[in-house]
Amino acid sequence: MTLNGWLQIAIFFALVLLSAKPMGSYMTRVFERRKTFLDPVLRPVERLLYRATGVREGEEMRWTEYASSMLIFSLVTMLLTFAVERLQHLLPLNPQHLPAVAPDLAWNTAVSFTTNTNWQAYSPESTMSYLTQMLGLATHNFWSAAVGLALAIAFIRGIARREMKTLGNFWVDLTRGTLWVLLPISIVFALVLVSQGVVQNLRPYDTVQLLEPQKVTATGADGKMTTTAVTTQTIAQGPVASQEAIKMLGTNGGGFFNANSSHPFENPTPLTNFLQMLSIFLIPAGLTFTLGQMVGSPKHGWAVFAAMSVLWFAGVLTCYWAEAQPNPLLHGVDQRASITQAGGNMEGKEVRFGIANSALFATVTTDASCGAVNSMHDSFTPLGGLVPLTNILLGEIIFGGVGAGMYGMLIFVVLSVFIAGLMVGRTPEYLGKKIESKDVQLAMLYLLIFPFVILGFTAISVQAPSFGLSSLANHGPHGLSEILYAYTSATGNNGSAFAGLNANTHWYNASLGIAMFVGRFCMLIPMLAIAGNLAAKKSIPASAGTFPVTTPLFSILLVGVILIVGALTFFPALALGPILEHLLMLSGHSF
Amino acid sequence: MKRHLVTASLYTVITAVLLGVIYPLTITVLAHVLFPAKASGELLKSNGVIVGSRLIGQPFSGPRYFHSRPSAAGAGYDAAASSGSNLGPTSKALVDRVQSSIATESVSGALPIDLITASGSGLDPDITPASALYQVERVAAERKLSPQALQSLVASNIIQRQLGLLGEPRVNILALNMELDRLSGQSR
Repeated sequence: MTLNGWLQIAIFFALVLLSAKPMGSYMTRVFERRKTFLDPVLRPVERLLYRATGVREGEEMRWTEYASSMLIFSLVTMLLTFAVERLQHLLPLNPQHLPAVAPDLAWNTAVSFTTNTNWQAYSPESTMSYLTQMLGLATHNFWSAAVGLALAIAFIRGIARREMKTLGNFWVDLTRGTLWVLLPISIVFALVLVSQGVVQNLRPYDTVQLLEPQKVTATGADGKMTTTAVTTQTIAQGPVASQEAIKMLGTNGGGFFNANSSHPFENPTPLTNFLQMLSIFLIPAGLTFTLGQMVGSPKHGWAVFAAMSVLWFAGVLTCYWAEAQPNPLLHGVDQRASITQAGGNMEGKEVRFGIANSALFATVTTDASCGAVNSMHDSFTPLGGLVPLTNILLGEIIFGGVGAGMYGMLIFVVLSVFIAGLMVGRTPEYLGKKIESKDVQLAMLYLLIFPFVILGFTAISVQAPSFGLSSLANHGPHGLSEILYAYTSATGNNGSAFAGLNANTHWYNASLGIAMFVGRFCMLIPMLAIAGNLAAKKSIPASAGTFPVTTPLFSILLVGVILIVGALTFFPALALGPILEHLLMLSGHSF
Repeated sequence: MKRHLVTASLYTVITAVLLGVIYPLTITVLAHVLFPAKASGELLKSNGVIVGSRLIGQPFSGPRYFHSRPSAAGAGYDAAASSGSNLGPTSKALVDRVQSSIATESVSGALPIDLITASGSGLDPDITPASALYQVERVAAERKLSPQALQSLVASNIIQRQLGLLGEPRVNILALNMELDRLSGQSR
């Protein structure tokens, strides 16, 4: 660990903190349909869109209608992506003449991008045409983020409204999130990325003459050694910057290239890397302020922000420390940090990012449901890799995905208030709303679906040598971590991977597809039901027995509840994976 | 329900055109107007032939060049197959690969860690200053150049932290080796 590393991390956090209020109050204005400086340009587009699609702007929806609109929209957009993937060989903008995507992979990818997961069981530069990337995948980066944002706003309205049956209009929230928040920031961000070297073109791949031709010796199936000369390098191109901007801002995380944000064309400089990390947290951190503003208690927003910050810091501290440690299994190697090298565990990491920026990126991308990576999590030290895994297992509520982090966190808030109420023996209240048994039942349903899917599928996979274990690249406890991480990432709609696992098989494409689907939609429905339930309640005045949700004590309780729920659920699995691997590594075992 | 299906279908088609066609094409046009070289990948040409991209690493393994890092994107640093090794820290395959790299790279003293570990992309354009300096002795002997000349070549190729703060100091391997060839040509 270096002083410069900590300084970069500190500046990162300072910028997140500074951006939360302006970003949050802007989003409040957008979703409360107040005037903004972009109205002269965007209002006409918005009106035209409503007229063309039959949206009635003033119409309010109950939670059931809000949910069904969201489900229908998600289904239609998913079918579009599936169709584009299957037909890409017949469509334009396919300079590499890539064939149609296989059906099971196309299904997996369509679900993956619809659910904001962006799990990628394929290598994009050899699978997806430019048109598929733009029309089939980047569109979902906008849509799924806008859906998440709309749902978070609907949930906040559920808390803020009193004795009302409705939560807003799904189409209006979707449109305003897209046009006012995601699109303008993406345009600016994309151009900044290009200025640093992120490519943006529609040309066929380039072929380069290597400065030093290489000889490659390979052992064939017959055991004979063959030597071939490699004299050229193929450089994949594409409309990367436009997709990269929304990939980060919308916490989607699906790389234009296989190597994601470690690829120099996606993330060429330390500055692009820094901005990419900031853009992951920009909207989620802002939403804590939006929450405070919309429910009329800015201090509550900051209390939630504080709880998230504590968990973020714990993660980055652990991850940075672990990755800066030397690997005790490697001998004759200088792994110490010095002025001429970053040292530490450099397998799977880029020199320009070093240890601090790789550890920070891994923490941030899994705190949120982004899942972009600038280093390979599979090659992290056991405890370094434990951090991203744990972040997702806690529900990605540390700032979290666009929208998804906010409503996930609010479920924990409901639970915390309930537990606080039990401790003092009073009916729990949250911002003037009584939390009753139905709310807590729905919150528990939300919280239980998640481990059920993750642990269930992991258990099936580790019992199946033929279709589960055969995909592993690493053995020993690390193999369990690979499978556990895959289902965690899919169910949590994160999309990062311990990528040694070959997930492009029938079993993994199908089961991870189901995990992503359940992890998004089956959790949204109880969440919206709670929101609808809360909106209908009367507001009761605070009394001496009301547990205040604006204090440091509340933040501490919230962190405690999150950690206890997470630990009780997942500690046994983590003990057999990363923790066991750590102990075995220290005693010199390899697998 | 039927009304929502109609709305959803129309909404999907219209916003798909806006976000999936108009938006990326607008950025493409703006990128080519504002930053034409960057938008195309900062390709380096020599006598009309593309010899590489400033951003994409190339493999170097012969004794006359500064070596780049091992790559999981194939022996040719195939930039149409970017990948990390995804080997875990306790993987035998990793330990064996590192040991064989040490055997080929070792000159004297402990090797800098980045020189024997594969990057995340498999296309890392950089090595650390430590790795470049480590190789000076070998390259100087092979090219019959003075170690001092090569040390100052490395020093002049160190890219410092961006804005004095961000990232880590690094040396672009392709730029370094192209300058090395130039230096040898002059001294011959």
